[in-house]
Amino acid sequence: MNLGEALSRLPDFPHAVLVVLDEGGYPLSVATSFRVVDGTVEVTPASLGQSAVRDAVAAQLVVSHIRPYPGVGYDQRRYIELSGTLSVGGPAWRFAPQAARGWDEQDLSFPELCQRALPQARHYLAGLSAERGRPVTPQMGVGWRFFLATRLPFLTATIVPVLLGLASAAYDRHFSPGLAALTLLGAMAVHLGLNVANDIFDTLSGVDAANLTPTKFSGGSRVLQYGLVSLRQMTALAAVFYGVAIIVGLVLVAISGLGLLWLGVAGVLISYFYTAPPLRLVHRGLGELCVALGFGPIMVLGAYFVQTGHYALRPLILSIPVAILVMLILYANEVPDRFADAKTGKRTLVVRMQPAVVIRGYVAAVAVAYLVVIVGVVFGVLPWPTLISLLTIPLAYQTWKGLKAHYDSPYQLMSYLGKNVSLHLYTGLLLVIGVLLGIIVRR
Amino acid sequence: MVTSAAVVAGMPEAVVELLNKALVGELTVIDRKGHLRTDPLIPFWDGRYILMTSSILFSRKLEDIKRNPRVSLSLSDPVGIPAESFSRATIQGDARVIDDDLHRGWYRLLPLWEAKEPIIKTLLKPMQKLGLPLFWERAIIEILPKRVLWWPDGDTARDPQVTDLREAVA
Repeated sequence: MNLGEALSRLPDFPHAVLVVLDEGGYPLSVATSFRVVDGTVEVTPASLGQSAVRDAVAAQLVVSHIRPYPGVGYDQRRYIELSGTLSVGGPAWRFAPQAARGWDEQDLSFPELCQRALPQARHYLAGLSAERGRPVTPQMGVGWRFFLATRLPFLTATIVPVLLGLASAAYDRHFSPGLAALTLLGAMAVHLGLNVANDIFDTLSGVDAANLTPTKFSGGSRVLQYGLVSLRQMTALAAVFYGVAIIVGLVLVAISGLGLLWLGVAGVLISYFYTAPPLRLVHRGLGELCVALGFGPIMVLGAYFVQTGHYALRPLILSIPVAILVMLILYANEVPDRFADAKTGKRTLVVRMQPAVVIRGYVAAVAVAYLVVIVGVVFGVLPWPTLISLLTIPLAYQTWKGLKAHYDSPYQLMSYLGKNVSLHLYTGLLLVIGVLLGIIVRR
Repeated sequence: MVTSAAVVAGMPEAVVELLNKALVGELTVIDRKGHLRTDPLIPFWDGRYILMTSSILFSRKLEDIKRNPRVSLSLSDPVGIPAESFSRATIQGDARVIDDDLHRGWYRLLPLWEAKEPIIKTLLKPMQKLGLPLFWERAIIEILPKRVLWWPDGDTARDPQVTDLREAVA
């Protein structure tokens, strides 16, 4: 906060606290009234009893405000701390401010304030570590660290397309529960490996550190920034997930045939080079396409192939709506991340386009997703009960409205990013239900 | 909430009332260059010490207190201190930082904190804490009061009642 801005806001506060050093070397504070006059502050003299206030080369004037919220706590936190010199004598004392510091939660949200303060937290922990001769780190249970580091809730993006591939295979009279479980395990391992690798490379490239407005949907898991997990632990975790994915993939190839190998290799490569150098696909505006391919056709067709041993048009068509909607999760999540992404050269689609174009793009993509279902049904490729997936149109409408209204407010946007994740989940699950209902109505 | 005059070690009862009701007080510390630094914090009173808690995210004041324990706390805001009869006070004292267990040590302040800010209980649920984990790594600031200035009706143009606690807390 600069001095001019601080002085212009000062009259909003009904009183100030004047602070000086007393003769014993203690800070001594007293509330008083004031008024701003030509860049200085006239302060009403206050009585400190026997401690006389003298001219002070180092004094402070502090104003603060909260609004009590009975039964809850308080909100509307704001304060300004002015440092300067104090001249006493006469009917009014004069405080000449030289520097200002402050915070207003209506200008800078508390979560963002906390992100900006991360270096101070690290500095304090480093000091404690040096003092105690052992590393002092933030604590969190292993389970919660795993939950956070892997971004576990986002697994729905994998579960939905795998279920869709399996349902599609069942529609074509092929279903092995054992293979289905193995497929799900392999797909989840690739996805978790991707999430962890993404954090590693975004940390190494400085993208996550530059992001001061992360939300639970964007900005990475932050476990590395918070010091909850080390880079070495994250690397080991990614290696375990990719290892599991490769082993499961090879087993499935051995069972289902070489036709699956190319799809699996494409999936692992896209997942790894999504943020890893030298390709860093997400930095080249290809992240959305990669996510659409990986969590759309590759997952749906892969799950279908494992069950049937061949590819088909129906699962490919079914994969398009979920591919688009999963792409839109990333696309919308890039909105709050766009400044940090741009700073570090991560040229996502949202960074490259104007806000109005980004929003129009969202609407067009959602429309295409629903249109594919309708056209698929009209041409007899998809069973007609898959039309129940259109029930999520109101959710898509709400998400679009929120995106438009809160494009520049990361924390207000958060609930709409949540709706966007639900849009993919519910539409995908309704497609699965639609395909399964198709088996019943066909009889 | 501590109100018994017997346990407040000489702290004027009216100031105890302010401490027990205050949602905010202005804590001033002295930084490494000898400059003043003031932050609004929520104060608690346990009968002997004024207690506060600070996240490691906002730990500059903790570093300052470790170098120079002399602090001052102003209780001055009629809105932030919903006491029945308003008055103002300034408390000078020696502060100590307790940071041997940043993760759980400050939990001993929870009953006092919850009494003033009930939402804290909700914010401490594991899923909630995941959002800002470092905010919940916290130290305790323990202030031993040395001198209290109290303005009965909040009018600081008048002389305050001064209570010297140095002997009482020795």
